[in-house]
Amino acid sequence: MSVLVFAEAINNKYKKSSLEVVNYGAKLASSQGSNVIVLTNASADAAAELGKYGAQKVLNFESDSLHDNKMLSQIISDVANSHNADTVILSDNSKGKSLAGRIAIKLDAAAVSSATTLPNLEDGFVVQKSLFSGKAIGHYQMKASKKVITVAGNSIGLEEMGQPVAAEAFDASAYNATVEMVETKRVEGTVPLPEAELVVSAGRGMKGPENWGIIEDLAKTLGATTACSRPVADTGWRPHHEHVGQTGIAIKPNLYIAIGISGAIQHLAGVNHSKTIVVINKDPEAPFFKAADYGIVADLFDVVPRLTEALQKFKAS
Amino acid sequence: MNLLVCISKTPETTAKIAFKENDTQFDTDGVQFIMNPYDEWYALVRAIELKEQLGTGKVIAINVGPPSNDIVIRKALAIGADEAVRVNGEEKSATFVSKQIANYAKENNIDIVFLGKETIDYNGSLVGGMISELLDVPFLSYASNLEMEGDTATVTCDIEGGEEILKVKTPFVISAAKGLAEQRIPNMRGIMMAKRKPLVVIDPVEVTENEAIASYSIPDSKSGVKLLDPENMDELVRLLHEEAKVI
Ligand SMILES: Cc1cc2nc3c(=O)[nH]c(=O)nc-3n(C[C@H](O)[C@H](O)[C@H](O)COP(=O)(O)OP(=O)(O)OC[C@H]3O[C@@H](n4cnc5c(N)ncnc54)[C@H](O)[C@@H]3O)c2cc1C
Repeated sequence: MSVLVFAEAINNKYKKSSLEVVNYGAKLASSQGSNVIVLTNASADAAAELGKYGAQKVLNFESDSLHDNKMLSQIISDVANSHNADTVILSDNSKGKSLAGRIAIKLDAAAVSSATTLPNLEDGFVVQKSLFSGKAIGHYQMKASKKVITVAGNSIGLEEMGQPVAAEAFDASAYNATVEMVETKRVEGTVPLPEAELVVSAGRGMKGPENWGIIEDLAKTLGATTACSRPVADTGWRPHHEHVGQTGIAIKPNLYIAIGISGAIQHLAGVNHSKTIVVINKDPEAPFFKAADYGIVADLFDVVPRLTEALQKFKAS
Repeated sequence: MNLLVCISKTPETTAKIAFKENDTQFDTDGVQFIMNPYDEWYALVRAIELKEQLGTGKVIAINVGPPSNDIVIRKALAIGADEAVRVNGEEKSATFVSKQIANYAKENNIDIVFLGKETIDYNGSLVGGMISELLDVPFLSYASNLEMEGDTATVTCDIEGGEEILKVKTPFVISAAKGLAEQRIPNMRGIMMAKRKPLVVIDPVEVTENEAIASYSIPDSKSGVKLLDPENMDELVRLLHEEAKVI
């Protein structure tokens, strides 16, 4: 038996979330006494590095286009079958979640997305996952003999635990796409919100889009990604992809700074798993303070530039 | 074109989440239910818009669940679905729900299956992929734009930090993200008409249970906020560095 991990590469580079799944697969395999195989879409050179994160065997095929989950799920399932893998581990992103359901059907496997823990093997095979937008945790018993898991980012940490291994080429040329790629657009420069470790977020307390300069200055000083509350995106003050919360993006950064956001339950649902939360609000009764680690009751227009200044001093020292 | 829209029911966003039977069951006592926002605001409305643009076809809303879900299904009819189907079974897992919906789609000549990108209660995002696989068709996920020309769709799919623009032929499954359509509020006429539209109840097919929630727990809450002097931002920076260790 073995564990199969799919590690997604973009232009032969791995994001943290791809390395985390390799770690997850390696740790699961070692607790089961099985071994871990990693399938990846990168050059042999780039793929070899996955050994450092615990991969024992690496299979690579070179492709920059993973847009067809029908084709890719067939590749992953075929590798799982040919290598006798009973568990498939994927990243918990748009690609991983779309693949997970398909692979679960192909393998007649139990499926859990956004797992936050390694499986507990004492009492069957139990993984935890956040439910009700963070208000509860579900303990899933995965009963079928085969399993598919997508691993929530920032859940089990990332560590180096091995040496590079020579990748073996996997021939994917016989697989045909059923969806045609027209164009891929990527926002250059900043770290995308779902992967950001530092986030500066602002709400209706900003009064208008023209005031966002102080937010951008703070984010730039910190190296953070910007986010916003729903009404701010709905009124067009900020782009939709910045909208966080229950009906926007759910995020889990190390630091979330909330500025002029009241902390409505639907907003908190998307951000309350952040490791550290700082709230800046002039209303001491704002509900956000209940979810915060550090709070500043003050006018944001005074305090935000002062925070930026303090950070600049800190960075320079 | 036959457009099938998957509708799920979720607790209202401010609902208090509690459990019973030794934390093995969600306590629905006093909980208000709504249609899952991604299904209602984006998936359903885009299907209705598409039918309006084409000037032909029909929009069928499908739900897997108990009779108490009918109120949510009627809302889908009030917003503009032409007919509705409820598979009379407990919506206990993604696999169970997907098999019911795929089974209906196979028998009813469906061109496009729409659903929301996730439900706001179980946040699974698995049903779309499962239905697609069961139907053996392409799956366009996290879609924020859809344009049809004949039987070819051009779809914009959100990916982390960007988007992919893809072309695909029917039949396919599409999961809706924000931007796919503009929310519609049902009007009086829609609500009246909904009462006369067909809501067919069918029996579920049998499914073996591959996974189940053994128990629930409530995450630890924050220990309490530390309020800081607004004049002294150096102190906040120090705490973020030394205490929280996040910068
Ligand atoms: C079904 C549903 C889903 C929803 N989903 C989401 C979601 O995903 N994400 C989301 O964010 N919301 C969501 N909402 C909306 C949510 O209920 C709130 O309305 C919204 O989060 C409020 O945004 P806000 O905090 O920016 O604005 P407000 O609630 O207006 O808060 C503004 C805050 O700024 C403070 N402020 C004002 N001026 C200053 C100043 N000069 N200095 C300092 N502080 C100041 C005020 O004290 C106040 O606390 C949803 C609602 C529903 C019904």
